Amino acid sequence: MATIESLQKKIKELEAQLQKERNEKQQINRPKITQMSSEVVDSNPYSRLMALKRMGIVDNYEKIREYTVAVVGVGGVGSVTAEMLTRCGIGKLLLFDYDKVELANMNRLFYQPHQAGMSKVEAAEKTLKEINPDVEFEVYNYNITTMDNFNHFMERIKNGGLKEGEPVNLVLSCVDNFEARMTINTACNELGQNWIESGVSENAVSGHIQFIIPGETSCFACAPPLVVATKTDEKTLKREGVCAASLPTTMAVVAGFLVQNTLKYLLGFGDVTYYLGYNALQDYFPSMTLRPNPQCDDNYCKKQQQAFQIKEATKPKVEKTEEKVEEIVHDDNVWEIQLVSETTEDELREADGQVPNLVEGLKVAYTTPAPTQASNEKTVDSTEKSLDELMKEMQGL
Amino acid sequence: MVDEATKRSLAQIPLLKTKAGPRDGELWVTRLKEEYQSLIKYVQNNKESDNDWFRLESNKEGTRWFGKCWYIHELLKYEFDVEFDIPITYPTTAPEIALPELDGKTAKMYRGGKICLTDHFKPLWARNVPKFGIAHAMSLGLGPWLAVEIPDLIQKEIISHKGRADEK
Ligand SMILES: [Zn+2]
Repeated sequence: MATIESLQKKIKELEAQLQKERNEKQQINRPKITQMSSEVVDSNPYSRLMALKRMGIVDNYEKIREYTVAVVGVGGVGSVTAEMLTRCGIGKLLLFDYDKVELANMNRLFYQPHQAGMSKVEAAEKTLKEINPDVEFEVYNYNITTMDNFNHFMERIKNGGLKEGEPVNLVLSCVDNFEARMTINTACNELGQNWIESGVSENAVSGHIQFIIPGETSCFACAPPLVVATKTDEKTLKREGVCAASLPTTMAVVAGFLVQNTLKYLLGFGDVTYYLGYNALQDYFPSMTLRPNPQCDDNYCKKQQQAFQIKEATKPKVEKTEEKVEEIVHDDNVWEIQLVSETTEDELREADGQVPNLVEGLKVAYTTPAPTQASNEKTVDSTEKSLDELMKEMQGL
Repeated sequence: MVDEATKRSLAQIPLLKTKAGPRDGELWVTRLKEEYQSLIKYVQNNKESDNDWFRLESNKEGTRWFGKCWYIHELLKYEFDVEFDIPITYPTTAPEIALPELDGKTAKMYRGGKICLTDHFKPLWARNVPKFGIAHAMSLGLGPWLAVEIPDLIQKEIISHKGRADEK
């Protein structure tokens, strides 16, 4: 048995150790910097970024502090994206995710084992504030696809800028599923909010970014999801026992593309890319511009297209240099559409719908048929019953 | 590819008519009634063909669904809670069906116990918007998933015959 004296001694030691740790931590956290300086001293975290001005790449790098970016999904791509923007000195970040940090995430960058169990947004905010205390944060730990959260999500996109009431400057989609992408698409079409879609394939060897300007470029609902073709036979893609694979490399490449395009767009240098694919197996990078589909399923997309047409018509004509714009056309399978695995020949034949004209190395994940007249299809009868009655009937089964 | 039995039972489920999601007010109520009609018919069909395998109900807004599903393996019944939310993008995107008590017990799941669907599901769903509803998602998504995964989980002794997911 330990004596009281020895325990008291141990407590003193531990207290001293704790104080030491705390002091060290305090010194690391630098105070906020009110003005970005280009002075090259080892205490200036922005000197190498401000050097972009001196080299003539960016006109006004400090402007980055006036911008707000919303990062939706802070997993393998989103967390790295948020870290890059933080280190670049972005004004404000809004982070959305409903996931927790797990040890199974450790094959990816950013999160650390001791954060396991924390919500991703909370863990990310903590780390990022330590890296750069100048950045403002707003984080939300919820699923954006449900009714309750969606309205709040839209409201924050609309009003969450640096000055409350102003919209964010750009939304970055770093989510890992179709439902969430469609949700962001819905919100951005309604708000007329520019956003960049990003994704990594489930086999981890391809990825893409797509810049969406509602009304001006193809939205996420304008065409079936695009797939970067790798020369693997998707029909033999083995999915036995797993849902998805992931590589930190592919995710970091895509995050890099995403933030590079974001910086070019916000700070106005270089050319902003509308679609950039990454085929990691053959190192092929298809790039193109996609116009919106006039028959898009999303009504707000169509409204935005009309608004864009009107805006364009009133603009004085400026000759733009050889911008290659691909139009969505109806065509019959000339791109050797390979449907995803397990699709039957029947499904392939009947899936003869609209296909965008794509550059080499890109294909659609699937096609959807043009709406058909229901002839012999068995649909639900019209009913006199109320919803309550139907609910009771279901419960009584 | 969908097996013949699933195809036959799928063909018997009445299709829906109204393209409306939870944000569409009165139209959503119309859609919700169609969902219930279609589900009621599907459960009745299952009972008639001696293949009754789930019950579902929803909150009054029809945005959150919950219930039970079960799977018979070697004459023993394995029962699980099932739940899902209707995303605001429904019916363009299908609901993500979850079996929370199996979360972490099989790699064929995403976070929160959402089942991992085969590659044919999404294209098939996309081609049938707005005709497919919750009953179709159950039939094409959860049904085949249970048929593959449950025998596997039983064989690996990850779940026991009480239908409860026990730690090995
Ligand atoms: Zn569109």
